[in-house]
Amino acid sequence: MKKIGVFVCWCGLNISSTVDVEKASEELKNYPGVFYADDYKYLCSDPGQELIKKTIVDNKLEGIVVAACSPNMHESTFRAAAEAAGLNPYRVEITNIREQASWVHSNKEDATAKAIQLIKSTVEKVKKSEDLFPQQIPLTKKVLVIGGGISGMTVALEVAEAGYPVILVEKEPQIGGNMAKLSETFPTLDCASCILTPKTAEVGRHSNITLMTNSEVIESTGYFGNFTVKVKRKPTFVDWKKCIGCMLCQEKCPKKTNSDFEHGMGKRKAISVAFPQAIPYRPIISEKECIYFKTGKCKICVKVCPVDCIEFEQEEKIIEENIGAIVVASGYDLLPKEELGEYGQGKYADVIDGMQFERIASASGPTEGVIKRPSDGKIPKSIVFIQCAGSRDNQKGRPYCSKICCMYTAKHAMLYKHQVHDGEATIFYMDIRAGGKGYEEFVQRAIEDDHVLYLRGRVARVYEEDGRLVVLGVDTLSGEQVRIEADLVVLATAVIPSIGAKALGQTLKVGTDTYGFFNEAHPKLKPVESMTKGVFLAGCAQAPRDIPETVSQATGAAAKVITMFSKNHLVSDPQVAKVNEKICVGCLLCKPICPYKAIEPEIVEVRVGCRAEKRQVATINKGLCQGCGACSVACRSGAMNLSGFSNEQILEELKSLCL
Amino acid sequence: MPTKTKTKAEIADIIKRIELISGENIYKCYQCGKCTAGCVMAGEMDISPYKVIRMIQLGLVEKALESESMWLCAACFACRERCPKEVDLSKIMEALRVIQVRDGKPLIEPEEVADEVIEEMPQQGIVSAFRKYN
Ligand SMILES: Cc1cc2nc3c(=O)[nH]c(=O)nc-3n(C[C@H](O)[C@H](O)[C@H](O)COP(=O)(O)OP(=O)(O)OC[C@H]3O[C@@H](n4cnc5c(N)ncnc54)[C@H](O)[C@@H]3O)c2cc1C
Ligand code: SF4
Ligand code: SF4
Ligand code: SF4
Ligand code: SF4
Repeated sequence: MKKIGVFVCWCGLNISSTVDVEKASEELKNYPGVFYADDYKYLCSDPGQELIKKTIVDNKLEGIVVAACSPNMHESTFRAAAEAAGLNPYRVEITNIREQASWVHSNKEDATAKAIQLIKSTVEKVKKSEDLFPQQIPLTKKVLVIGGGISGMTVALEVAEAGYPVILVEKEPQIGGNMAKLSETFPTLDCASCILTPKTAEVGRHSNITLMTNSEVIESTGYFGNFTVKVKRKPTFVDWKKCIGCMLCQEKCPKKTNSDFEHGMGKRKAISVAFPQAIPYRPIISEKECIYFKTGKCKICVKVCPVDCIEFEQEEKIIEENIGAIVVASGYDLLPKEELGEYGQGKYADVIDGMQFERIASASGPTEGVIKRPSDGKIPKSIVFIQCAGSRDNQKGRPYCSKICCMYTAKHAMLYKHQVHDGEATIFYMDIRAGGKGYEEFVQRAIEDDHVLYLRGRVARVYEEDGRLVVLGVDTLSGEQVRIEADLVVLATAVIPSIGAKALGQTLKVGTDTYGFFNEAHPKLKPVESMTKGVFLAGCAQAPRDIPETVSQATGAAAKVITMFSKNHLVSDPQVAKVNEKICVGCLLCKPICPYKAIEPEIVEVRVGCRAEKRQVATINKGLCQGCGACSVACRSGAMNLSGFSNEQILEELKSLCL
Repeated sequence: MPTKTKTKAEIADIIKRIELISGENIYKCYQCGKCTAGCVMAGEMDISPYKVIRMIQLGLVEKALESESMWLCAACFACRERCPKEVDLSKIMEALRVIQVRDGKPLIEPEEVADEVIEEMPQQGIVSAFRKYN
């Protein structure tokens, strides 16, 4: 029988106040197979680890059980200690007597009895443990970044500067994302384009960055270090390589239509480039609006183009790329006004959202920065801003705070007051969330210097009466109901994940939360990793945040990718499924069950008696297998086994607990 | 704050009764005031609807019960429709009325209503009035 050691941790008072740790270690001393048992105040401390190492060496232990906190916390600590003492780390098992005994019970006697039972079952598991060895897997040092907003561009530039190739996929024809639409930025009021365009230009010209705009990722297979993705490149109907960006086509095109980039505040042509500083500065024809596509006549752009690069017959292309890591930076959208029935459901021209306000306040926007209201182009004398529109609202299914709107609303009111000195800017708010460097000072400036009126309370209704917008609100500080006639109403609508984020998550096999924001691997310690190895997160794709925070997080994600690429190969977890080819009947029942598509058939030669025979068996791709164990449950012949959690081990554990 | 005449336990008991009768968790209200912003009767009330809830949250239930607001509430449900936290304030107002009536403090007593009023009031009005105020 193996010589097994048991270490019971006090975790200070965390465990010892509810579990009698001394009694547990005493009782384990007499358990069959246990050669050594002891308890210790903090096993994770340096002296605690030293104790484990020394005990392993002195007693020539062949397996150990550490009864402590969750294996999520210190499994790797104790396995490393064992390895340093010459014991294969996979012969170390953790019994979680903190989260599963001391923290969830109050009766000490019962908790102790439970802890002892759990430790004994782990001892039984360790008796069946085997040496396991990690495998080296190859690595493609190329990253795919999805989304070309400030987050995706930051990742791309950092990784490219470190010397690795980057593919940047953006669904719009140009990069820049939402930041490209902003006027000025809080809390310094510097113009968004002025700080953004140096970045977009650099991305455009960087030799390590391959830009794929007007494109989307439609498939992803493989595993960390070795993904294969398919990118759909939608047709632009212009040969961008030949095009010289003279924009004569845009000038002469007779078809005007609403611009998505302007959020309905401005127009564009059927062949157009979104804005003057767009990268790439190349036009695209919108199939939906183009007269030629509709009627077969027009072709004015073809006539005016000096280099003959209009290609009406262009088709979408699917490109396949091998890459090692993926960064999701797909950003955000805003809750459609149509979902806010009490604020007009989108039917009033002069009830606009924050992004529409950005466009009419932007110097390069449709009004050249003059704040005019959409209905008649008049300069509003009174603007009401409504914060938390759709945020912090359980009824609308969005109980979360959108985090950025308090600040941009203060900015909007300020920008307005700087233009229209005698105009009235009123903000309805619930709380002013201005946690950030210089943020509170910024809000106070709006109140003290620009005389923006903050009213504390939510607005019940916005409606039209005699051609004027009426806002019915309350100021809970004075207790008064408030009725304001406004020329323009700006809704700080909730930040939501970009349209299509959930589908993208499914394509990449990365989880999203109830709202569609991408899930991080750990809310505190792994904020830029997703649960899927090799896929990282940056920016508003993960949660609403402002530019400084987006850039910090994106830099973090880039650092993760660079760290991954700094190695020449990757090491895989050996706790993966294993096929016993002698027993496998090749039925492949396991194949459809594997959520990671790690199982494939293979023809092998096996010896049956004295002759060799060829037959089909299942094989495991060790890189793809995540060790979930679903296949081993499905296998009827018992050929599939999960290393580290083998059928024998689990059976022994259960026998010890139940018999 | 006014001096309390009821003990802590009595106050806790009243809050429990309010929650039981209304079926609402009064602590869900985050005092945004949206109910009051759109309340047709708020202008007539001595204590605004959102403040009625605040009083209860603070344990000033006597003030809430003494106020006229619950009797003025038109039970139009506009607050319930708009509340972002899905608090049904109309039910809380109803709970306050029910408590008053059960504790023998209805707004109107049948014997005190003048004959002329009864003569002039449509029957439906009388029935509704007694349902709500007694
Ligand atoms: C009205 C308003 C005003 C603001 N003002 C300020 C301010 O003054 N200061 C400040 O710090 N912050 C401000 N912000 C916040 C700022 O906009 C964000 O912090 C920032 O833009 C987030 O960048 P991002 O790259 O994460 O997302 P985004 O800018 O949304 O970029 C995401 C990109 O990914 C692309 N994409 C999405 N899905 C896919 C897909 N499936 N495949 C390929 N590409 C995809 C999108 O087209 C987009 O280009 C404001 C926000 C709003 C709404
Ligand atoms: S065909 Fe006509 S409508 Fe279409 S892009 Fe060319 S000029 Fe514009
Ligand atoms: S006219 Fe031709 S070259 Fe000029 S921008 Fe248009 S497509 Fe490009
Ligand atoms: S940031 Fe401010 S306005 Fe936006 S949801 Fe949060 S509290 Fe409301
Ligand atoms: S609307 Fe709801 S949450 Fe807001 S104050 Fe009224 S009851 Fe409270």
